[in-house]
Amino acid sequence: MSATEQRGMLDLLGGFVGQLREAGLPVSLTENLDAMEAVRHIPIEDREAFKYALAASLIKNQAHWRTFETIFEVYFSLRGPEYALDRDGEATEGDLDELWREMQDASQSGDGRGGAGSLDALTPEEIAHLLMQSLMQGDQALMRALARQAVQRFAGMEPGRPVGGTYYLYRTLRNLDLDGMLDKMMEAAAQQSVAPSTTLEQRLEREEFEHRIAEFKAEVEAEIRRRLVADRGAEAMAKTLRKPLPEDVEFMHASRDEMQSLRKALQPLTRKLAARLARKRKHQRRGPLDFRSTVRHSLSYGGVPAEPKFKFPRPAKPELMVVADISGSVAAFARFTLMLVYAISGQFSKVRSFVFIDGIDEVTDYFKSTEDITEAIHRVNTEADVVWVDGHSDYGHAFEVFWERYGKDVGPKTTVLLLGDARNNYHASQAWVVKEMAGVARHVYWLNPEPRSYWNTGDSIVGEYGRHTDGVYECRNLRQLESFVEKLA
Amino acid sequence: MAGSVGLMASEQVQRFESVQMVRDGLRDLDYLADDGIAGVAYLADRLGKPVLVEGPAGTGKTQLAKSIAELTGARLVRLQCYEGLDESKALFEWNYKKQLLRIQADRGSDSWTELHDDIFSDEFLLTRPLLEAITADDPVVLLIDEVDRVEVETEALLLEILSDYQVSIPELGTIEAKQIPLVFLTSNNTRELSEALKRRCLYLHVDYPSMEREREIVLAKVPDITENLADQIARVVRSIRSMDLKKAPSVSETLDWARTLMLLNIETIDEEIAKETLHILLKYQTDIAKAAKELSVDE
Ligand SMILES: Nc1ncnc2c1ncn2[C@@H]1O[C@H](COP(=O)(O)OP(=O)(O)OP(=O)(O)O)[C@@H](O)[C@H]1O
Ligand SMILES: [Mg+2]
Repeated sequence: MSATEQRGMLDLLGGFVGQLREAGLPVSLTENLDAMEAVRHIPIEDREAFKYALAASLIKNQAHWRTFETIFEVYFSLRGPEYALDRDGEATEGDLDELWREMQDASQSGDGRGGAGSLDALTPEEIAHLLMQSLMQGDQALMRALARQAVQRFAGMEPGRPVGGTYYLYRTLRNLDLDGMLDKMMEAAAQQSVAPSTTLEQRLEREEFEHRIAEFKAEVEAEIRRRLVADRGAEAMAKTLRKPLPEDVEFMHASRDEMQSLRKALQPLTRKLAARLARKRKHQRRGPLDFRSTVRHSLSYGGVPAEPKFKFPRPAKPELMVVADISGSVAAFARFTLMLVYAISGQFSKVRSFVFIDGIDEVTDYFKSTEDITEAIHRVNTEADVVWVDGHSDYGHAFEVFWERYGKDVGPKTTVLLLGDARNNYHASQAWVVKEMAGVARHVYWLNPEPRSYWNTGDSIVGEYGRHTDGVYECRNLRQLESFVEKLA
Repeated sequence: MAGSVGLMASEQVQRFESVQMVRDGLRDLDYLADDGIAGVAYLADRLGKPVLVEGPAGTGKTQLAKSIAELTGARLVRLQCYEGLDESKALFEWNYKKQLLRIQADRGSDSWTELHDDIFSDEFLLTRPLLEAITADDPVVLLIDEVDRVEVETEALLLEILSDYQVSIPELGTIEAKQIPLVFLTSNNTRELSEALKRRCLYLHVDYPSMEREREIVLAKVPDITENLADQIARVVRSIRSMDLKKAPSVSETLDWARTLMLLNIETIDEEIAKETLHILLKYQTDIAKAAKELSVDE
């Protein structure tokens, strides 16, 4: 690397690290220095190794990988030979035309089509057809070339247009009929094979095709991203494409993908939380030294305080009652809270859980009968009897029934968690229940997955309930939920 | 031992010429690295930094350190971590028994000062893996295995040594490293390691391998297996890993399965065989039932 090249690389890296920090990744000074050192040693031409080397210096938590990778692709996608097609001596545009002609000669000689076309002259149907062949053969070079060609032809990208990448992706894929691709491939494979394949073979084949289609789609996305970055610059694109860290994903607006990454993040998180709490308990097992008691006991050692006595340790573990709205928009929040609570249920002397929409049902037994929290949650979603009239949240009615049926079980050792957005569909609030509850319980808390600024707007009446509780907490994401639960245990 | 000179990373001999060399070298030793693994191992050498390797069980974390040692012609010094591991097992300990014997043997003769200097010398020092690694004369690779099992206090001790590459022993003074070895720490992520330790290390996440890499691993590790069978194995395992299971099969389980199939003289995996041997890949009864159903082999 020449001195100027090196300076250029360091500038690029500086911008890159800045974006990582803006996305919430805690890059320290040492780590930044390591990254600067790393890029001196690993050539960007070895792109994957380069990417992992940077990641190794900058992120120390696997849950941060997606966020890292997205920004990496934005910053470094225009660098290196990736942008040119002839990496590893693979097909270039010219070779591709050649290839296409060969394929036509070989497979379709005699079907009347004049075989002389270049890629640019192909109709969308022909491109789709060519794509299907390359997918079936797993021809990486051709797939990559077609991805570029497809974006160029179908995405309709115009410089300066303020349209997001998903729009271009949609247009490109629609023109290729990628949705119908899997079925067509399976059909073609079935026709080609001599003996009918078994279910196992079919399953494996479908998975292989799905995998290739996903790879192709990623290639199309990468091409779109490269063009957007070229048009608008890395910094602007990093801002638009930024993916939140799993712990910052909002429960109420998570996409399917994000839900999955959330679910993945939950397990290590609960494990660590449990370990942390267990350690906390262990260290706090002893209260402060009880001077009087120590002296009293020292008499049996002839006045030598040989056996220190400690004051009674921390108060007994609380009994927990979770009462959760599981209607549509807050269902995911309820699910994650229940999972988290049960994962650390050892921290409580007892955990009982109730779910409601406009009717309420106890689901404690689902969690007792299995080790598998996911399975219990599944039963909560499918078996609990939570609909009373119309299946729209009615906090007032649910609370009233709760109080009537289980109120006697709430006592001075009980901590009650009320979960939901308190959007009551303009039903009666029956806030008196919460007031009475707070009178007998040790603590009552309300956890709300909505941003604070939405509280008490529209049909949200969280304030009406909240004023009787020991606190209303905003729990929009895993980070906030975790910090609340940690305080609680 | 004392008085040796600490080396800066930059003064050290570089062990690898390029990332490609690491990749190829490991492959020759039947360890199939991906770009991440090879890149980070190379970088660790260049920057003189330890690598923290994290990932699910049985994905080749420990083997990586072993193979790198072999590749560089270094001796592997391994510190196996467990709950309760402390300084005396990780770093050094005085050999009390031997010291007592010497004191008794010498009773009444030498002066105390002389005796004291004598019993607190190298001869009575039990060198544990950490001290051994940094004071070795020959090249070593230090493997600190399953570091997530130790207590926070022991972690602090590790951090100190990995930062300064020196150890102070009250009776002997400061012992400086003769070399900065390649260091690998592995973790199954059962608890959060301290930020300080993570900052000190390069981080490598080793996940289940891609289908292609797993096939290569099977081919490399199972003698006489055909390409065709290795390919089928890798595909079925990928399929099973995509299911929602309590515990997905690890690479070691894939290898066990492959060896079993070889013993049974099997050339093609059909549904019947898959069903009968699922218990080698999966450990939980519920997982086995689920997988059997999804592969639709339990009609
Ligand atoms: N990339 C690979 N190339 C060759 N062999 C591999 C590879 N990955 C794993 N293996 C083999 O898989 C087995 C398990 O590997 P290893 O013991 O290193 O796993 P691990 O990640 O340390 O697991 P644990 O977390 O349980 O300690 C070993 O036999 C190893 O040789
Ligand atoms: Mg291991």
